Amino acid sequence: MIAARQPVQRSPRAKLGVVKANGEILHLPRTALVDVLNRGDLVVANDAATLPASLAGGHVPTGAPIEVRLAGRHTLTEAHCFTAIVFGAGDFRTRTEDRPPPPPLTAGDAIVLGSLTARIERVLDHPRCVLIRFEGAAAAIWEGLARSGKPIQYAHLAMPLALWDVWTAIAGPPVSFEPPSAGFALDWRMLARMQAKGIVFATLTHAAGISSTGDAVLDARLPFDEPYRIPLATAVAIRRGRRAGRRIVAVGTTVVRALEHAGRFGDVNAGEGIADQRIGPDTRLHVVDAILSGTHEPGTSHYELLRAFTDDATLERVSEELDARGYLTHEFGDSVLLESRKQVSWARERTAVSPAEESQRSATLEKLIS
Amino acid sequence: MNALHSNAEWKPAPRIAVTGGTSGLGLALVREFRHRGANVAFVARDRARVERVAQDTGAAGIVGNIARKEDIHPLAIQIAGRLGGLDVLVNNASSLGPVPLKLLADTECEDLELALETNLLGPFRLTKALLGSLAAAAREGRSAVVVNISSDAARNPYPTWGAYGASKAALEHMTRIWDEELAAEGVRFVAVDPGDMDTPLHALAVPDADPATLKRPELSAREIAELVESGQRSPRRKPDTSTIAAAEPSSQ
Repeated sequence: MIAARQPVQRSPRAKLGVVKANGEILHLPRTALVDVLNRGDLVVANDAATLPASLAGGHVPTGAPIEVRLAGRHTLTEAHCFTAIVFGAGDFRTRTEDRPPPPPLTAGDAIVLGSLTARIERVLDHPRCVLIRFEGAAAAIWEGLARSGKPIQYAHLAMPLALWDVWTAIAGPPVSFEPPSAGFALDWRMLARMQAKGIVFATLTHAAGISSTGDAVLDARLPFDEPYRIPLATAVAIRRGRRAGRRIVAVGTTVVRALEHAGRFGDVNAGEGIADQRIGPDTRLHVVDAILSGTHEPGTSHYELLRAFTDDATLERVSEELDARGYLTHEFGDSVLLESRKQVSWARERTAVSPAEESQRSATLEKLIS
Repeated sequence: MNALHSNAEWKPAPRIAVTGGTSGLGLALVREFRHRGANVAFVARDRARVERVAQDTGAAGIVGNIARKEDIHPLAIQIAGRLGGLDVLVNNASSLGPVPLKLLADTECEDLELALETNLLGPFRLTKALLGSLAAAAREGRSAVVVNISSDAARNPYPTWGAYGASKAALEHMTRIWDEELAAEGVRFVAVDPGDMDTPLHALAVPDADPATLKRPELSAREIAELVESGQRSPRRKPDTSTIAAAEPSSQ
């Protein structure tokens, strides 16, 4: 597929491929998204704003220039400690695959990144991948990141990205390292149209990690563990939707990962968690019925996740059609709404909760929280 | 100061951001909101003054210039990041345009641009960058509101107040349109005329005014805080609570 080279979130020419549960494929303009959603559907999006996670600086022991890309965190509120991928000299104009490695990194090494100083806490299981800890107060770290960081850049784009290019319209908590780009499809008019049609919109916050490191060994480990938070109102809406047999439509792979992690033992509860699972062809989806996603190429962790929704033959047919019709791929590309064909047979089972059982569950939960 | 008592009234404590928070009405607002137990962040240009006010009030001080496009997202990151979300945004930072004030015909284009950048584009950009946080707060049943500080110069054609008056008139009208458009999202927008106050901005505009005839900014701050507080008691978007108890967090 052709990469989208312009950082335009909502191109008037954006396409939407709709893959029905029966395998039928429709091709529409993306503005028709609301038309293909049903009254009563619950659309859940990731409202994480994207941090300027690329920091240029130097490795103090050797004086070598480095670029640090923050790539993961353990909690949404963490300000000091991050998993990071370190590159040697150069910038985004060089494909990550061709970037030189950093100087040898050792625990305790100081690195200077703009106004910030950090130390390497640990080298993880790869010479580019480290745990770093910023020094100083949280306020100074927020300021240093906000002022000297740049959004992680992509060599396939013609122009460097500014923060406003990578924030979705609904961006709120600044916790992601790369944009939850399926959400680029959303704007406020679309949300108003959803509301008018009786489609419920809800959000969660999921700290989307780095999508690609340019290193095959590291990429095979993606996605890293990602913390998420599900607000109470969203948990309520999901519970209600599932009881009523309504569809849960996830905007992006991060939402699938968060909801399936939170719902792995049954109901989706409000609160924070860390999504550490991989989603692939053998994953049984418990919560999500359909995903709005960018187009993804076989072999990526995003494509693997799509295999949980439908069979490989359908995905191959989808890829062929998208190619033939000139769909654009990557962050600023076109979209696909993929209905789960695997979910259908389970839908009945999960709504088959008797009223007595329901009130018993509620009572138990209320006891737990009081 | 009785922050504990106030906290009990505002539960959970609202997260409030004020621009232009180191002098005049902005400083009075930071103090008033802190006094009422809110979590407050404020923005201003001068680092030394930001640090002093942060130390005095316990509010999160953030250095930046809302009239600069490049500062907006870094400010939004620090506001949303340090407060953990946002319920109330007060766009208070203002520019008079030319100082001393001039007839419009004598006003340099650059002075008009500065007034528009500070009084109109800055609030627009910052609101847009923080709208995701405000709408998320509304979806969670919290009261989300944007307060835009205006002036009677927005309505009355006072000679020599052209750059300021025109920019504030545009801000007021933008406030009304935001309010219409985002009603369904549950985010309120309100423009407030705090009156002629004894502030550094007023002293620049009218150097020979008798301070005794001017309103104390602390009084205006109290009125605005009361407006915000009454909004906190009645969110525009009611959360659907009938099954909320069943979805309270358990350990993940």
